[in-house]
Amino acid sequence: MIFELIPSALRMATPLGFAALGGIYSERAGVINLALEGMMLIGAFGYIVGTQGSGSTWIGLLVGIGCGMAMALLHAVATVTFHAEQVVTGIGINILALGITEYLSPPPEQVGGLPHWQLPLIGSYSFIVYLLPILMVASHILLFKTPWGLRLRAAGESTEALAALSLSRSKWQYLGILLSGLLAGTGGCFLASEVHYFTKGMTAGRGYLALAAVIFGNWRPLSGVSACFLFGFATALELTNRWNIPGQLLHSLPYILTMVVLVGFVGTSRPPASLGKMKS
Amino acid sequence: MNIRKSLISLLRGSTSQSRKFFLSCIPPLLAIFGFFLSCGIVVRIRGQDALEFYRIILSSGFASFDDFGYVLFNATPLVFTGLAVGIGYKSGLFNIGCEGQLYIAAFAAAWVGMHLNLPAFVLIPLCIGSAMIAGGVWGAVPGILKAKYGAHEVINTIMMNFIAFALMNYLVTSVYQEPGQMIPQTPQIHETARIPRLASLVPFLPQSNPLNASFLIACGCVALSHIFLTYTRWGYELRLVGNARDVASYGRINPRTVTVWVMALSGAVAGLAGVAEVMGYRYRYLDSFSAGWGFTGIAVALLGRNNPFGILVAAVLFGLLNKVALDIDILLGIPRGLFLAGQGMLIIWLVSIEGISLLKKEN
Repeated sequence: MIFELIPSALRMATPLGFAALGGIYSERAGVINLALEGMMLIGAFGYIVGTQGSGSTWIGLLVGIGCGMAMALLHAVATVTFHAEQVVTGIGINILALGITEYLSPPPEQVGGLPHWQLPLIGSYSFIVYLLPILMVASHILLFKTPWGLRLRAAGESTEALAALSLSRSKWQYLGILLSGLLAGTGGCFLASEVHYFTKGMTAGRGYLALAAVIFGNWRPLSGVSACFLFGFATALELTNRWNIPGQLLHSLPYILTMVVLVGFVGTSRPPASLGKMKS
Repeated sequence: MNIRKSLISLLRGSTSQSRKFFLSCIPPLLAIFGFFLSCGIVVRIRGQDALEFYRIILSSGFASFDDFGYVLFNATPLVFTGLAVGIGYKSGLFNIGCEGQLYIAAFAAAWVGMHLNLPAFVLIPLCIGSAMIAGGVWGAVPGILKAKYGAHEVINTIMMNFIAFALMNYLVTSVYQEPGQMIPQTPQIHETARIPRLASLVPFLPQSNPLNASFLIACGCVALSHIFLTYTRWGYELRLVGNARDVASYGRINPRTVTVWVMALSGAVAGLAGVAEVMGYRYRYLDSFSAGWGFTGIAVALLGRNNPFGILVAAVLFGLLNKVALDIDILLGIPRGLFLAGQGMLIIWLVSIEGISLLKKEN
């Protein structure tokens, strides 16, 4: 019974997982990223528009990722260069993305999805689904086993550590935010490629859910993406609605769990020490 | 603030309080100017007449009392959410949870209004009171979690938004749905729980105009907030915790206690936006009725510089924008998204300007 849920759980978890990985890069570099929602939405929009314009889903993917990164660049310029309040900037970007996509709403033409790969025993999924576990492991290695990752994390842990090494904290923060745009944009592309249409506000809070997964997973790629699978599973359960549990309860489960974890009843969740701080 | 005195001191170039006040007005005014300018440029790029666009903006909001009534009606919930965000911000707290708080409060008002059949002078205060308590409790939870466990209120208010959406959706589709209806809404509240429309009191408003007395409540809240923040001990504590946490601790003020009651107060005020909807306009609870008012409240508070009167002005401006967005969609075929995008840009500009000015001050 549980096995039947796995395909839809995977499909639900994949966009979350990408956005969550993105959130981890940005927050590990010390920048709060509430803009994941907007980056995903504009990514989905870019995919549909790019595919409609060129006829190629690959170009659609590139356009979607580009749109996500453009939003990320805006977030980076405002928060890192101008020291704008990070929480508010993120919300501003989400509203901006909602507005842009509503203003330029693409024609309701169906577009093709990204190629599916048939694998023995596993089944047929979009290649993006297979990419997620690879990126998850790669991100873990990158962040925790390489000097590159150490520097990125140093940007989030202390406002001065990088300066002591005569490295620029801003540069690493830009990098973290742009990576989050790339990943969240990809998540949005996947969402659009599975739905085949663009609908107004189609991300429907997934960016915030991904952020919850980041916190739930203690700002670590392995546990963060695992949290996304858990959340995806809850959503799949909600969709099948087999045991007569109110769907709304399952729907709010990830949020309740995140609050419980954040409070420290179950395990501990500790944000990077200088998250959201621009000055020492 | 005496405007004449302020103007004179501004002209004399003295660095008084009033000059500071005027200087603080410049960034929001610049941002609004930039907003309208860039909207006009987009309209020009579309190949349409930008002047016509500006003419419609003016006539849409100010051509008649009816039009202006709609503007104030749109502004009403935003005054409450703007005040809620502003009050929190003054004490260094981000209440991103207004959206959830106003839903919970709206439902509480609808529940009391449906179930109790009492005379208006009892029922209306009772409904408003229970709504404020419900919103306040929903807001206090993140406050308590922050005070007691150090959990960041931004994340918890966001989480509680989604929990509120789900809870309300459950209640309104499974428990309290109006019988025989497909629409996820409750039955109507009693006549005596309704806040009267101003059209029945003011002669020059047509009967169809939805502006109601909750706007007067909003104005009252603005004045009360100003008095509360500026002249009371609690307001002083609140601002002290926001500006100088350590000083507050020396002054025997417990920042944790302040955090809890500020979040509760902020939630209660946000809840009044739900009251305006349920008791003043729709007379029932409709699922997901709010058009992102909780989030627009952030923009309103930013634009109003967290000053209650500034928030009132900003809310009216956003009320105007909401009305104009509808009219330019009908008259010029420009989708509503243009103003939504503009609103997002406005928020980013405002916080960037604030960030730069802080940066300059430090250097």
